[in-house]
Amino acid sequence: MFDYQFFIEVLIGGLLSGVMYSLVAIGFVLIYKASGVLNFAQGAMLLFAALTFVSLVERGASLPAALVATLATMIVLGLAIERTVLRPLVNQPPITLFMATLGLSYVIEGAAQLLWGTQVHGLDIGISDTFEVAGVLISRFDLFAAAVAGSLVAVFALFFRYTRTGLSFRAVADDQFAALAVGLRLPRVWAAVWTVAGIVALVGGLLWGARLGVQFSLSLVVLKALPVLVLGGFDSILGAIVGGLVVGAIEKLAEVYVGPSFGGGIETWVAYVAALALLLIRPSGLFGKKLVERV
Amino acid sequence: MSDILLSVEGLAATYNYVIRAVNEVSFAVRRGEIVALLGANGAGKSTTLQAISGLLPARRGQRAAGRIAFEDRDIASASPAKLVRSGIVPVLEGRHCFLSLTVEENLITGAIGREAKSRMIRTDLEEIYELFPRLKDHRRSISGLTSGGEQQMTAIGRALMSRPRLLVLDEPSMGLAPLVVEGIFRALKRLNRERGLSILVAEQNSTVALRFSDHAVVLENGHSVLSGASVALRNRDDIKALYLGGSLQTDSTKKVLTHAVA
Ligand SMILES: Nc1ncnc2c1ncn2[C@@H]1O[C@H](COP(=O)(O)OP(=O)(O)OP(=O)(O)O)[C@@H](O)[C@H]1O
Ligand SMILES: [Mg+2]
Repeated sequence: MFDYQFFIEVLIGGLLSGVMYSLVAIGFVLIYKASGVLNFAQGAMLLFAALTFVSLVERGASLPAALVATLATMIVLGLAIERTVLRPLVNQPPITLFMATLGLSYVIEGAAQLLWGTQVHGLDIGISDTFEVAGVLISRFDLFAAAVAGSLVAVFALFFRYTRTGLSFRAVADDQFAALAVGLRLPRVWAAVWTVAGIVALVGGLLWGARLGVQFSLSLVVLKALPVLVLGGFDSILGAIVGGLVVGAIEKLAEVYVGPSFGGGIETWVAYVAALALLLIRPSGLFGKKLVERV
Repeated sequence: MSDILLSVEGLAATYNYVIRAVNEVSFAVRRGEIVALLGANGAGKSTTLQAISGLLPARRGQRAAGRIAFEDRDIASASPAKLVRSGIVPVLEGRHCFLSLTVEENLITGAIGREAKSRMIRTDLEEIYELFPRLKDHRRSISGLTSGGEQQMTAIGRALMSRPRLLVLDEPSMGLAPLVVEGIFRALKRLNRERGLSILVAEQNSTVALRFSDHAVVLENGHSVLSGASVALRNRDDIKALYLGGSLQTDSTKKVLTHAVA
């Protein structure tokens, strides 16, 4: 007899944890769309944010104060990266930019270590128990994380839809050369995007930190984001969201239903298998840019 | 104030510091004038226009020599955004609309650079819809789904939203049916006559360009080899024969592809 209730429980757990993947992936997509750079340092930024936050709290800062200070730090960090690393490299081939962000991720990790030390910190948001709906167990923390991520995405969606900066961003994402020709100041757009990426890193860092503890392996969540990006397409925010959900669900379902026949532990790599399989069928991902063109 | 709006003297440009695309180009655009830049594929028209608009670096190109002055001020190293704000506004070869934005959003992007107030944007939009009524019908359509002619109108309208003093168009006739080309040049002529807008337009289609322009400059292999009043050049068969065979159209589409890749 198939236990539907259990299946749904696993599925919901997977989708909710998938939201956290989406959050990391969105940070990538924003910067990729605006400047064609795959920002490998997104994970390091996330770590840096979480580490700064817990360290401030441990040193006696109140939660709101620590949050504001970390937010400010992340925005400054984002702007500084754009200004000192990426702007001078503008018009360079993508692989150069990628290598720059790869190097950058080590610099940020090193700086975090230097500033805040190497020990593991706990981060307790104070939401941990589960509750039951129609016999299905749901983690309150996962639900909270999903709600936070959801609101963040909604705010960004409104921002990109209705503000001039948002319109500039969409224009740059569509056609950078045309955006330049039209007179848009690309550095401003990039600065805005890096600010947003900093905010995403902060939210992601706190949520992931609360789940895994704040430690250096936190920066490895970028590796979790890669299959999400492959599935969703590197240039689609919707893709990042759906991709995250799909990866979360696949991981949990596979772990529970297929895992035992592999002796467990497939959660760590099954997403890559799914991503590879999709690559063979649809290289641009589920939602990746098939240029809007007349046929 | 001299009546020369733009002057290009001894312009030379390279790509990747190696490939010489333009060797020695000189010409001027007077206030209120339409100047046509004529030449076959690869003659250096786009390179010249991109040098004027500050777009060469984005194409990995460099100005190697020469002087470009707008209203007697040297502008050779200004950024595209700055040039747009000072009134030199390009309409790119191949239109380059923002394909996933609506037609109206495309137009509005042209006003962001000069930080226009929302009310000003509305009145400017109405003027553009008056000039190109088809854009009004399609204002909510995604640009990528509109026709080539509509995209060319969108690109021109988007440039007009920056309130140009010199509109710099690169092959607006490319890939369009003769009737559509005619309509677009009529609109340009109207802007020129009614608002005194100065226009520099690169064209392979010499017949149309000579009909609507006041002066013309002919480029060949990166050199400006001939210039004069368009009326005079119109009657010279050698121009068509030597430089501008009408049969180059298929080549020009091939060219667009290589540009896109590069
Ligand atoms: N981005 C680039 N990199 C390298 N070489 C280039 C680049 N763009 C143009 N060229 C070369 O520079 C020369 C002049 O090209 P340009 O595009 O200015 O000519 P054009 O007159 O506009 O031609 P067309 O009518 O085909 O548009 C050509 O030999 C071309 O191959
Ligand atoms: Mg050209």
